[in-house]
Amino acid sequence: MNLFGLTTIVRIAVSGILLCIGIFAGFDDMVSLMIFAASYVIVGYPVFLNFLRAIYNRQPFDENFLMTIASIGAFAIGEAPEGIAILLFYQIGELFEDYAVDRSRRSISSLTDLLPESINLLKDGEIVVSEPGEVCVGDLIVVRPGERIPLDGTVVEGSSMVDTSSITGESVPRRASVGDAVLSGCISSNGVLTVRVTSLYADSTASRIIRMIEDAYEAKSRSEKFVTKFARYYTPAVVLSAILLAVVPPLLLGASFDVWLYRALTFLVISCPCALVISIPLAFFGGIGGASRAGILIKGGNYLEALARVDTVVFDKTGTLTEGTFDVEKIIPEGIDNSELLKIAAYAEFHSNHPIAVSIRKAYGKNIDGSVIERAEEIAGHGVSAEVSGQIVLVGNEFLMSKNGIAFKKQNGFGTSVYVSAGGEYKGCLVISDRIRRDSAYAVSMLKRSGIKDVAMLTGDVKNVGEHVAESLGIDTVYAELLPSDKIGIVERLLSEGRSVAFVGDGINDAPSLARSDVGIAMGAMGSDAAIEAADIVIMDDMPSKVPLAIKVAKKTRSIAIENIIFALGVKALFLVLGAFGHITLVEAIFADVGVAVIAILNSIRTLNMSKSASNVITAET
Amino acid sequence: MKYTYLLENLGCASCAAKMEVAINKIDGVESARITFMTARLTIETDESMIGSIEQQAEKAVRKIESKVRLKRV
Repeated sequence: MNLFGLTTIVRIAVSGILLCIGIFAGFDDMVSLMIFAASYVIVGYPVFLNFLRAIYNRQPFDENFLMTIASIGAFAIGEAPEGIAILLFYQIGELFEDYAVDRSRRSISSLTDLLPESINLLKDGEIVVSEPGEVCVGDLIVVRPGERIPLDGTVVEGSSMVDTSSITGESVPRRASVGDAVLSGCISSNGVLTVRVTSLYADSTASRIIRMIEDAYEAKSRSEKFVTKFARYYTPAVVLSAILLAVVPPLLLGASFDVWLYRALTFLVISCPCALVISIPLAFFGGIGGASRAGILIKGGNYLEALARVDTVVFDKTGTLTEGTFDVEKIIPEGIDNSELLKIAAYAEFHSNHPIAVSIRKAYGKNIDGSVIERAEEIAGHGVSAEVSGQIVLVGNEFLMSKNGIAFKKQNGFGTSVYVSAGGEYKGCLVISDRIRRDSAYAVSMLKRSGIKDVAMLTGDVKNVGEHVAESLGIDTVYAELLPSDKIGIVERLLSEGRSVAFVGDGINDAPSLARSDVGIAMGAMGSDAAIEAADIVIMDDMPSKVPLAIKVAKKTRSIAIENIIFALGVKALFLVLGAFGHITLVEAIFADVGVAVIAILNSIRTLNMSKSASNVITAET
Repeated sequence: MKYTYLLENLGCASCAAKMEVAINKIDGVESARITFMTARLTIETDESMIGSIEQQAEKAVRKIESKVRLKRV
């Protein structure tokens, strides 16, 4: 609690005690009035000062204005205790609001507290404490037990259990030893690590996450925009009605001026829109913050809102529903031996970064002499062609073979078949398989349970492989044998049918679909940078089950925002009507106003914690 | 260029909205944005103008909520 808070509490207490003395001690009128006046000034002077300042700045319509007018009015019609109570409760409410806002600000800033202030730089065998910005790529740094890893890098010495929860939401620590890549923001728990830095401070994972979270609050949701717009018209409208209420009935009907002034004052007190203005952004803020604790980065309140409306989820297969780490499972040579076939394929794939190429080179396992490879070319969606020692080698799927008129033997297994030809002659086939992620099936069933109408899968793989995977996961619709350009076509077709589409993907060729869909969700850790840039939501630990979790958070946030709008407006409308007809007192009006604000804020704060418990459920069930 | 500031002691959401409007009116400001929750102000403007804009923004902010301070981040 800062100094402002403390002095406010003291003022409220002193003023409250004086108020009680004034009411109950039974002094004569003059003394009571003096005590009330003292109590009034003690509790009210900051409000009056703000009020005067606002008049001086010619922007008088704010809460201070409302409260000052209402309390002075109460004094004027001989209701001194009520005038004091208005200011007392108003300030108690303010304290609550400050506290709630402060608390949620702090829990958000703890999310972005991912970077250490200093770095132990290893220079000529000695540790020099340096600033994070001074370290270059290739430098060696030392991370001691309990410290945060400051920059992304590769472990060159030592091993330790690394707690990645603040980056990925994954609660089980991972072992990192020599050769492993470690991410900034994670905490090394029990061993000393020497790390070779692979990213600059500004490009490191932790900095990027912080930037993303901070930028997220700038993209405002529609409900937030509605509230801002609403508040702009609401306060002047209420002030105008209050004036009319005070003046018109006494003038036209000859009613008592005191009674109608009192009613007008109640009207004013209820009118403060702060419950809405604070609680709606707070709900989205909490939703985004809570999701990021579970390893889901949402780039703005507007995406959270769009996600709540999604009815169709389209997954890319490779690297999203499957791990994207391939292994050569079977080698079926034609007229040559296994190692010869593998060698030809590995040479042709030498320049490619496609996961399949990587797996073939890994299976070959020997050094490749790059000088004999010429005119290497990647044919998107088909494979590669290259000239190896003067012979044209084609490595790819059946389309590549048939397009080049190669007579090949079709394989019908469940893995991905990669056919190899050299010099126009079929040399054999490599069957490559990819493991399905352990929580993919759970993700699909959760999505269906949460009311998603259609879960679809896109893949460049042949039909039987795609259908096999889809069937084992319980996916309804499969689009197989797609070229990268076909994927966006399917997304567009679904959009034109009036559906609200979320696309989940990871690869470079997914970036257009991520950008085109209503909500693009990228797999973070292994996804390409282009995909993460184009996406609206990034899942840090690559778990497909975070997609239904994100949808759940989005729906919950939206319903909390709607609850708050209806609740706050409903209560205000009710009390405005009651106030206009004189059925409530000023003190009750203040209670209504403060109470609504506090309840709405507490309701909003729930969004901060909901994804944490849900994410534990996922860990337990998969 | 984009410049980001922290609004220390920013207390009320509707004040933040008013500040945003006021700062957007300052000469030379292409766009200004205040995020209440992170208490951050982002001003987009020409590099040569930022000195005077910063001063005017500070003034505008204090007119609305006197205890708020502008801090460059």
